[in-house]
Amino acid sequence: MMTATLENTHKEADEFADNEKVIEITNLQKSFGNQVVLKDISLDLYKRENLVVLGKSGSGKSVLIKCIVRLMFPDKGKINVLGKDVLSLEEKELTDLRKKIGFLFQSAALYDSMTVKQNLEFPLRRIKKNITEKELNQKIEEALENVSLSEALHKMPSQLSGGMRKRIGLARTIIIDPVIMLYDEPTTGLDPITSAEISSLIVDVKEKYHTSSIIITHDIACARTIADRIIMIKDGEVFAEGQFKDLENSKDEFVNSFFKG
Amino acid sequence: MKRIPVIKVKEYATGRSIRLTENTLKRTQKANSFLTSVGDMTLFFSSLVKQAFSFPFEFKEFLKQCYEIGNKSLGLVSITGAIMGLVLTIQSRPVLADFGAEGMLPGMVAVSLIREIGPVITALICAGKIGSGIGAELGSMKVTEQIDALEVSAANPMKYLIVTRVLAATFMIPILVLFADAWGFLGGWIGVNIRGSVNFVLYISRAFASVSFSDFIPALVKTFFFGFVIGLVGCYKGFTAGRGTESVGLAANSAVVLSSLLVIVVDLIAVQITDMFVK
Repeated sequence: MMTATLENTHKEADEFADNEKVIEITNLQKSFGNQVVLKDISLDLYKRENLVVLGKSGSGKSVLIKCIVRLMFPDKGKINVLGKDVLSLEEKELTDLRKKIGFLFQSAALYDSMTVKQNLEFPLRRIKKNITEKELNQKIEEALENVSLSEALHKMPSQLSGGMRKRIGLARTIIIDPVIMLYDEPTTGLDPITSAEISSLIVDVKEKYHTSSIIITHDIACARTIADRIIMIKDGEVFAEGQFKDLENSKDEFVNSFFKG
Repeated sequence: MKRIPVIKVKEYATGRSIRLTENTLKRTQKANSFLTSVGDMTLFFSSLVKQAFSFPFEFKEFLKQCYEIGNKSLGLVSITGAIMGLVLTIQSRPVLADFGAEGMLPGMVAVSLIREIGPVITALICAGKIGSGIGAELGSMKVTEQIDALEVSAANPMKYLIVTRVLAATFMIPILVLFADAWGFLGGWIGVNIRGSVNFVLYISRAFASVSFSDFIPALVKTFFFGFVIGLVGCYKGFTAGRGTESVGLAANSAVVLSSLLVIVVDLIAVQITDMFVK
């Protein structure tokens, strides 16, 4: 397990020691009609860890992280996030928990009718209700600087490229100081150079904000850069688990097909 | 003798195997999907009512939607209103002239516009513009995961997106109808002046002399229901759109069709109720 050297500024995260679990998923099952997507998934995310979930398209990776924030409700199983049973939370408690979780969507999911500034303001005004205008502008400036896109402040999402949208999406999630980050295929649809930039941003976010993250991807180059630990999903179950080097040298045919193409 | 193909299916309640013809199975599935839609719409409606009466209210977004729905439809509604008044005058003049009753033209146009043509035509135009706009906007938000993003940003999509749009449509459609009526009067005056010369003030005073509150109030009340129906259907179709891009077009299209149909149905009910109480 990795060691954290930087001081954690997050009170919520500090309640957990480095080897403690921030997310605990037990025997998760999810089906759509007759199609079983998640058969039996159990996994843990430790504090200040980047956990990469690899798997083929349609293997239920995105469904898994959507269940964590209860955007989808699983059929069976248990999900524990920061010591709270997500599936039994009341609406208000769930909203409070979601305030500690950043979610970067596959399509970045920027609000089309708002400028970049308004996109960043939106979660901030709702989550930090007593924030002053000065603090708000500082936060926005800082978040945009972190993703090297300060010049995009007044642009509309339609004026941004795919990579820029992903960066702004990332800025919108880190602006709320999340304890946990969930990335849904952060490099999908991007060229190798932009993918490498996004991967390096994910590492920076972990180091600067001391977040624990689950990263859904099938981009091996991205996994190599960011993963502390990797879990591979096959047929709705955890098929393999380990560090990048272990899996890269695996003799299993399925694991090899991912790592060696 | 021709054999009818039979399919074996499991009975949901008991788990027993039963034999059904393909036709029966298709009809059962159709009925099932219809009942599911009715159930979904009921749940959507009850959630809307619950969120509309719970704090905090998204007042800024409500005002923005009033601007989007009201202000941005003014041009379309004005042109439609003026043409309605003009056409109504041109079409009615020969009939009234045959009876030597051309002097009743302003009154007839005013009553027709206020009681029926103004509200219904404006509502149908708005069902096309506003209903499809809301359906397509929310449908594309669903497809691009923006609604999910709202939810994880501690916002309630039902309150932020739906309540504001439905209320904005409910309050803006009556104003647009009044606007269309006013432009209809102007169109009627232009129509009268094509073959004659009538002073505008005289035209308006003749028009209002034939209109009473019993014409105006029921017509105004029903426009609130028109607006509610247009907002509700547009939001429902957009919010429940599928995940693919084709579902955006489908949501916009079905929003227009269903809201137009419901406007006519609401009008029929409103006319029956008005007829019972206003003599």
